[in-house]
Amino acid sequence: MTALLEVRDLVKRFPVKRGLIVERTVDYVEAVAGVSFDIEAGKTLGLVGESGSGKSTTGFCVLQLLRPTSGSVRFDGQELTELEGEELRRVRRDAQIVFQDPYSSLDPRMTVGNIVSEPLVVHKVGSRRDRQVRVRELLDVVGFDPTYVNRYPHEFSGGQRQRIGIARALALSPRLIVCDEPVSALDVSIQAQIINLLKDLQREFNLAYLFIAHDLAVVRSVSDRIAVMHRGHIVETGPANEVYERPKEDYTKALLAAVPVPDPARMRERKSERRRLRDVVAT
Amino acid sequence: MSATPLLEVRDLATHFFTREGVVRAVDGVSFSVDRGRTLGLVGESGSGKSVTALSIIGLIPQPPARIVGGEVVFDGRDLTTLSERELEDVRGKRIAMIFQDPMTSLNPTLTIGTQLLETIRRHLHLPKREARRRAIELLDEVGLPNPEARLDDYPHRLSGGMRQRVMIAMAVSCEPDLLIADEPTTALDVTVQAQVLDLLDELRTQHDMAMIVITHDMGVIAEVADEVVVMYAGQIVEQAPVTELFARPEHPYTEALLGALPQLEDDTARTGRLTAIPGRPPDLLDPPEGCRFAARCPYANEFDGCATHMPALRELRPGHMVRSEHPTTERARRKEAAPA
Repeated sequence: MTALLEVRDLVKRFPVKRGLIVERTVDYVEAVAGVSFDIEAGKTLGLVGESGSGKSTTGFCVLQLLRPTSGSVRFDGQELTELEGEELRRVRRDAQIVFQDPYSSLDPRMTVGNIVSEPLVVHKVGSRRDRQVRVRELLDVVGFDPTYVNRYPHEFSGGQRQRIGIARALALSPRLIVCDEPVSALDVSIQAQIINLLKDLQREFNLAYLFIAHDLAVVRSVSDRIAVMHRGHIVETGPANEVYERPKEDYTKALLAAVPVPDPARMRERKSERRRLRDVVAT
Repeated sequence: MSATPLLEVRDLATHFFTREGVVRAVDGVSFSVDRGRTLGLVGESGSGKSVTALSIIGLIPQPPARIVGGEVVFDGRDLTTLSERELEDVRGKRIAMIFQDPMTSLNPTLTIGTQLLETIRRHLHLPKREARRRAIELLDEVGLPNPEARLDDYPHRLSGGMRQRVMIAMAVSCEPDLLIADEPTTALDVTVQAQVLDLLDELRTQHDMAMIVITHDMGVIAEVADEVVVMYAGQIVEQAPVTELFARPEHPYTEALLGALPQLEDDTARTGRLTAIPGRPPDLLDPPEGCRFAARCPYANEFDGCATHMPALRELRPGHMVRSEHPTTERARRKEAAPA
C-alpha cells in the first residue's frame, strides 16, 4: 500500500541577499536539506525540532505554499511539485493547513461565517444556501457556537479562534491537514480542548496530520510516528513510543532530556541526565 | 526557617481603571519569600501573576493601574509607601527583574556594554574602568563566550538565549537579594531553556538570592520552585511546598490543570484523552461573587454556596493553603463517609 503523502529528498534553499540598491545573492541558506517521510491516511506524523530547524518550511513545501528547490512531494499518487494553477488548486481541497497564531491567521474584517465559507466559495461548492448550512455544521463539529456566525474574530478568545481556523481547514473535507504549531499560543486548559478536538476529528474523518510543534509532550499525545528535525535534516524517525523511550541519536536524547516534566522528584533525575547530554547540543 | 521573611506581600490588590470599568487584576494576594528560596508563581494568562510581580517593584502602568490595597514589605519596609526616587534605589539594586522577551527589554540602539555599565554605575558607583571589568566578569559568569568582545555588540547580534543571559547578567550585577523572573524561558528553545534554568539555579545558590519565578509551565515550576503559589482570576487558589503540591494537589483547578497537561513520559499518550477544563476564566471586569472557578468546577453544585460565597483561603495541612469548598482530600473523606 502506498502512503497518502510521500516526501522524498525535499530541499528548500533561500537566497541571502546583500546590497541596498543593487541586490545580489551572496549565499544560500538551506532551510530544508533533503528530508524524506511518509504519512499514511488517518495517521499523524509529528515533526519536532527547535526554532530554525526547518520544520515549518517543510510543512509549507508539502502544501506548495513555498515551492521546494528540489525533491518530490507525492500526494495520493500525484506529484505536487509539477502542478500549477488550477490543478494545484484542486489538490488544495484535499490538503489544508492550520496555523499557529489564531490572532493573525484570521482576517479581522470578515465575519466568522465568511471565514469558514471562503474555501467553499473559492472552490464553488454548493449554493449560497448549501454553504450556510455547511458552515453551521462545521462550526458545530469544532465546538463553536454556530449562533455567532455573524460576529468578528476579535470578539473571541484564542481557543475559540483556533476552532474557527480548524473549521475553515475542514470546510472542503480534506484528507491531510498540516498543523503548524496549532496549540502553542494557547493556555494549557484551552490547549487540551484543542488537542482533544484534533484527535476526535481525525478519528471521525480519517484525517492525516503533519503535526509540527516544538512541544515534545504535545506532539507525543497526537502522533503515531515522529520525525526529529535538526538544522534542515531529519536526524531520527520512527514510531512515537520508540523514539520517546529509546531514542537512538544523541540530539534526540538531549532534546528529550531538556524538557521539564511536572514532577519534582522525576525532575531531579532528569536534570542530571540533561547535564550529561548538554555538550551534544552546544553549537 | 528564618524568623522574618525577606519579602512579605499582604493582601495586595491592584486594579486597572479602564473606560469599561474596574478590572480587578490582583485581588487580595498574600505570600512570603524567604532568603535564598524560590517561589514559583503559576497561572494561565490573565490570572494576575505578572501584575503581582510588577506591583511588588512598583512597575505597574499608572494609570490605568493602581495598587488599591495591601502591603509589600521588603526587608522591613513597605514598598508601596516609597517615593519613586526611593523605589529606584531598591529596584535593580536589591530587587532585580528579568522578563520574557529579552529583545524588547534590551535597547536595540545601545551596545550591550553601555546598557550593562549603566546599571552597574547607577547602583554600585564604580569608576568606569572598574565597572567595565565587573561587566566582563558578569558576562563570563552567565556563560557568554568571549565576553570582552560582546560588550561592543548590539543586542540583535545575539541569539535569544544569549540575550537572556545578558539580561540575567544585568539583573544580578548588583547582587540583588531578590530576583523576579517573569516567564524567563518562554521565548526560548527547550535546550536553551534548560541552560538558562541551570544558570539561574547556580546564581541563586552562589549569591544566596531569593527568586520569584513566574510561569505558566508546570514543568518549569517542578524544576525550580521550593514553594508554589497557584493563581486563578486574580487570586491565590492554592499554595504549598513544591513536592506536596504535585503529589497532593487540593484545588479542583490545580488538579484539572495537571490533568490537562500532555505527558512526555506516557506511552499511552496517543490513545488517551486529556482532561480538558471546559469554558474559560471569568471576566475580571465583573467577576462572579462566589468562587471564581465555580463555573468550570466539576464538583460545584447548587447546594454548596460556591456560586454565591467566595471561599476563604484556608490551611488544610501545615503549609498547604487552598481556596475551595471541594478540596481533593475532603472529597475523598466525604465519599468514604457517605452511605453506600
